[in-house]
Amino acid sequence: MNTIDNESLLWQVTQFIWHEAAILDAKEYDAWLDLWQPEGLYIIPIEDADDYAAVLNLCYDDDKMRRDRIKRFQDGFSISSAPPAVTVRTLSRFVIDAVDGNTVVVSCAEHLVEDKFGRQRIWAANVRYTLTSTDTGFRLQEKVVRLLNSDGVLNSFSYLF
Amino acid sequence: MNQLIDVKNIALDPDQLVHNDKIATPMYTSSELFEQEQEKIFRNTWVWVAHTSEIPDKGSFKLSKVGREPVIVVRDRKDNIHVMVNRCRHRAATVCEVHKGKTSSFQCPYHGWGYGLDGSLRALPNPEQYGDDFDKSQHGMLKLRVESYQGMIFATFNESVEPLEDFLGAAKKWIDLFMKQGGGYPVKTLGEHQFSVPMNWKVQLENTTDAYHFPIVHKSFLQSLDEEAEKTFTFLDGEGFVEDLGNGHSVMVMIPELVDLEEDLERKIPERFEELAQALRDEGYPEDQVRRIVRAVGGSGFNLNLFPNVACSMAFFRVLTPVAVDKTDIRHIAIGMEGGPDIANRVRLRLHEHFQGPMGFGSPDDAEVWERIQRGVDGGAELPILVNRGIEKEVPGEAGPRGHVSDETGMRAAYAMWKRMMQE
Repeated sequence: MNTIDNESLLWQVTQFIWHEAAILDAKEYDAWLDLWQPEGLYIIPIEDADDYAAVLNLCYDDDKMRRDRIKRFQDGFSISSAPPAVTVRTLSRFVIDAVDGNTVVVSCAEHLVEDKFGRQRIWAANVRYTLTSTDTGFRLQEKVVRLLNSDGVLNSFSYLF
Repeated sequence: MNQLIDVKNIALDPDQLVHNDKIATPMYTSSELFEQEQEKIFRNTWVWVAHTSEIPDKGSFKLSKVGREPVIVVRDRKDNIHVMVNRCRHRAATVCEVHKGKTSSFQCPYHGWGYGLDGSLRALPNPEQYGDDFDKSQHGMLKLRVESYQGMIFATFNESVEPLEDFLGAAKKWIDLFMKQGGGYPVKTLGEHQFSVPMNWKVQLENTTDAYHFPIVHKSFLQSLDEEAEKTFTFLDGEGFVEDLGNGHSVMVMIPELVDLEEDLERKIPERFEELAQALRDEGYPEDQVRRIVRAVGGSGFNLNLFPNVACSMAFFRVLTPVAVDKTDIRHIAIGMEGGPDIANRVRLRLHEHFQGPMGFGSPDDAEVWERIQRGVDGGAELPILVNRGIEKEVPGEAGPRGHVSDETGMRAAYAMWKRMMQE
């Protein structure tokens, strides 16, 4: 791949990730579910692992868990999500780690500010996306969010990273 | 009749703060009271610090807390377990800031004082300035008394407190039952979720023995289950109960048929565990072991609340650490089967993630209501906090008063112990 192609790909994945960030801040969760490949995994680990399925994570969501989680956010019976915290996030420092056929692995930094009960909290994470290029644009194959202090004392979250 | 409390004159008299059926608002809000609790409760009785599987080998250690005080839990070369305050005897720097690991010694980063795995002072650089009568044996790390039961390690600053097993008393039977979820294998910790909530520690202490909130706060969790599992967790109409076990401990039996996991192995395997059962059969496990493991994976049908800081809660350990009068850290420690089938432990991990921790379908809703309590007590200080549910209908149980599963018998047990300790 030559330099111009690389820059073009970086721009395309960046656009996709910013789009995802915007719909997560807007809590447009149905649109978020549509971004996923059915076999995709959304993982927020506690510690690094070769096989996240074999260890305890903050979340390890397959298609069913993603849908159940969104339903929980939307149904209004979850006191932590009704109302949820308001969030504003930025993602930056994009690096393409690998390209293989239709698959792109891209890493970036995320800063998220949440606001609830008149207090604001700040979270930072390293995020690694595995994206599949399809006829209708990129789809999420895997998203691994490594929160700072993920193995330390956190708070509860009423939103997604 | 609901009486108001004259909080201006209440001072910090335990007699006025805790009545059998209600407690006063300063219980959640008084910094002075919080300081007294650190001394009279957390320094004075057995406090849970770790599980033996967290320090499996010679030299394994982990950091923990007794009240607010940082401690190191460590296994020495002779397999003895030590708990010592994480503080150099010279100028007080912590000698370890790694959460867990393995080591042969601890060394203070400030002036290089070195300590053995038993906390004894081994060496210090250039000792000659301390004079000939400096006695290293008098300058080891401050050690706590340590005892354990069924792998649960407790420590205390109180050298004269009763033996751990006497303190646990009637709770021991329930710890034994809880550990049956090893399915014939030793119980082992599988990692933990940690989160901080702006609330008083006693709000958390109450919660593990509070079934009343479950269908309300955890409605969204219940809705994410299949019909059969949802029915299992709809236990308020069942035969469950809550019983005072003495010394502030209590048990809340939510699902009576899951009290003894080695009974009724013939029972139908729940639909949500069918896939696991088949996978175990495919791996060659005989049918009776498949059933034993599957029952173990589902967890125990009760919460055992141990005063003051740990609970054996259905399928995990729940540990509280008091940080400030309005701040408490919570740890939900996943447990599984040491040497048991990997597929079964994976199911346990996914079940734990489903409910527990910062991203679970249960814990964030708990955390929200706990925080709302702390926000609510900023108003109406003269109003009592009620723990009177079921007090009229209690009957004698095996160990102490027993009430309906949704009654506040366990909270009354904890507050009676609180009062006793604060008055000693």
